[in-house]
Amino acid sequence: MLLYHHIQMNDEHLRWDNINPQIILREGQIYNVKCFEYMGKEIFADYGIPVPQGRMVTTPEAAEQVAAEIGKSVVIKSQVLSGKRGKGGGIKFSDTPAGARTAAEEILAMTVQGHQVKCLLVEEKLRIEHELYVAITIDGAAKAPVLITSAKGGMDIEEQAEEDIVKVHLDVFLGLQPYLAKDLARRIGLKGAQAKAYADIVQKMYKIMIERDAELVEINPLVLSGDQVIAADAKVTIDDSALFRHKELTIVDEDKTEIEKLAQAAGVGSFVELGGDIAIMANGAGITMGTLDMIQLFGGSPANFMDAGGGTGVEGTAKAIGILLEQKPKVIFINIFGGITRCDDVANALAYVKKNIGIPVPVVVRMVGTNEEAGVQILREVGIDAYREMKEAAQKAVELSKVGGVA
Amino acid sequence: MAILVNSESKVLIQGITGKQGTFHLKQMQAFGTQVVAGVAPGKGGGVHEGVPLYESVFEACENHQIDASVLFIPAAFCKDAALEAIEAGIKVIVIITEHIPVVDELIIVNRAKLKGATIIGPNTFGMASWKCKLGILPNVAFSPGPVGIVARSGTLTYEIVGSLTNVGIGQTSVVGLGGDRVPGSTFVDMLKLFEADPETKAVVLVGEIGGNAEEEAAEYIKTMSKPVVAYLAGKSAPPGKRMGHAGAIIERGKGTYEGKIQALEAAGARIAIFPYEVAQIIQELLA
Repeated sequence: MLLYHHIQMNDEHLRWDNINPQIILREGQIYNVKCFEYMGKEIFADYGIPVPQGRMVTTPEAAEQVAAEIGKSVVIKSQVLSGKRGKGGGIKFSDTPAGARTAAEEILAMTVQGHQVKCLLVEEKLRIEHELYVAITIDGAAKAPVLITSAKGGMDIEEQAEEDIVKVHLDVFLGLQPYLAKDLARRIGLKGAQAKAYADIVQKMYKIMIERDAELVEINPLVLSGDQVIAADAKVTIDDSALFRHKELTIVDEDKTEIEKLAQAAGVGSFVELGGDIAIMANGAGITMGTLDMIQLFGGSPANFMDAGGGTGVEGTAKAIGILLEQKPKVIFINIFGGITRCDDVANALAYVKKNIGIPVPVVVRMVGTNEEAGVQILREVGIDAYREMKEAAQKAVELSKVGGVA
Repeated sequence: MAILVNSESKVLIQGITGKQGTFHLKQMQAFGTQVVAGVAPGKGGGVHEGVPLYESVFEACENHQIDASVLFIPAAFCKDAALEAIEAGIKVIVIITEHIPVVDELIIVNRAKLKGATIIGPNTFGMASWKCKLGILPNVAFSPGPVGIVARSGTLTYEIVGSLTNVGIGQTSVVGLGGDRVPGSTFVDMLKLFEADPETKAVVLVGEIGGNAEEEAAEYIKTMSKPVVAYLAGKSAPPGKRMGHAGAIIERGKGTYEGKIQALEAAGARIAIFPYEVAQIIQELLA
């Protein structure tokens, strides 16, 4: 049983009169939901973007069967979120169904870029004449969608020379009009049927971005094969803020660490594992970053980023402390500037965890703002002295992490 | 004076009868904000905490002069509410809500640009000028004075405003741009307003990693007559991880702390390494 599961409190302990709408209106904490390649290709197929014939499988037997159905040479691709799967051996080719089975067995036993392979995509091997690159994403600074394309596909866009890249900002009210799509095809050197097919694909990609709330729709490579233009890969990232209108989506969270998944399950605000020995909680993304910076500048090593949010209340804060403990840090550092967050709520949560679960390491608390006096008093009763200045508190936390001593 | 709004501004609240709307209405009133109308569909004709209620923004605008609107609206409905406020001709629109789909943000922000409205947010604490607070920043985190503050994050701003207030330095206006990928307003937009405001003597810029808003700000700071002090959060952040805010991420080597600091320093801004240094530097500059 995990610590945070023990933290269940009566409603009477909770005070919801000071509520931060940013917390209440929150849908979840999973930023940008990345799709596996096969999911992206399913979306492409829905919109009529040509993809290779194939199917997702989870067993070598199924891989053999799909290869037999396809009836020609196949490619077996590991489904993990990291790029560069080929270099790690995560992509194999086979000319026979039996060979596909063997390849599938090998890949399913692999770890690709740190990810255990759980599923595969088996699809027809394309006759590749040329590879292109195309992606649509959102340029926050320009406040517009941006289309990026290149006649040189197959490699990372960052590795391409600036002069090979065509970049066009799109008007969100006009979308990607046919004339522009055709001109993009011309600018990367396509003609005839290929140009027409390309123009059709980029318009469909834009449609996916808007209708499926994708932050990124990328095809690399987009393959030329005779008159056909085919999406040989698919990278689609869904905006997690829009998940409420895409209930059909499967969530892939393999790029989160175990403790990050725990934090998410516990309903804790934003959490990122960093690997140091000072566990940190603060309220607000900016001040949390500022706290980590200060700890590091003083020579300490932050274990995590945790924005416990504003107005989280006693129970939510207690659960957040539980997550800090799960990391087995040398020191816990809590930095609260009470606005909507109330110091007494944070103090009550700390006192609750200390009394009921126990905190085996020193706790350094900096606490100012709303209901500060009450919070300081509650902490004093459980033997914790609160600091007023962030600097002094951060220095103390770093010092304790070096000696591993007592508060 | 101040920027965008002042003690004379007439304010509308959209979503005024909800839990958050009600709580922050009272806080805003206590601050001195003139909240003249509220929108609460189904409750039009009623009165809430002394404020007349209307069915729509259009109806509220037919009955009152409205200078600014604050939205306490769930993310799923924000696009419609913001577009209505823009269409009704309101010039300052503050969107507190976090987690609005980025596609919706694009539509809101570009429509506002077309219609000449200023969007503050989304995902912001709002803004305050003396006796006119639009949003959720604690009332204590503001005192009148000569410093303009523009920031991407909330609590960090309260921390810095608090340290300024502790040494007796107040603010003309405090503006939160919000932490999202597509903010309605940028540092440059606000720096221009502070540069033009006769009462603002110095500006504090509170930035963070991710995006290029600080780099753009640096270009404008080169042309400013007023001193700028910058503090940025995220020096220790690893690349590729979102640090709480959707926009706070180092992607493909861009948006780094070092790059931003270099740009700001080269533009003549004074850099505070720690938040508490901001007040010391401002004291020097105003002495």
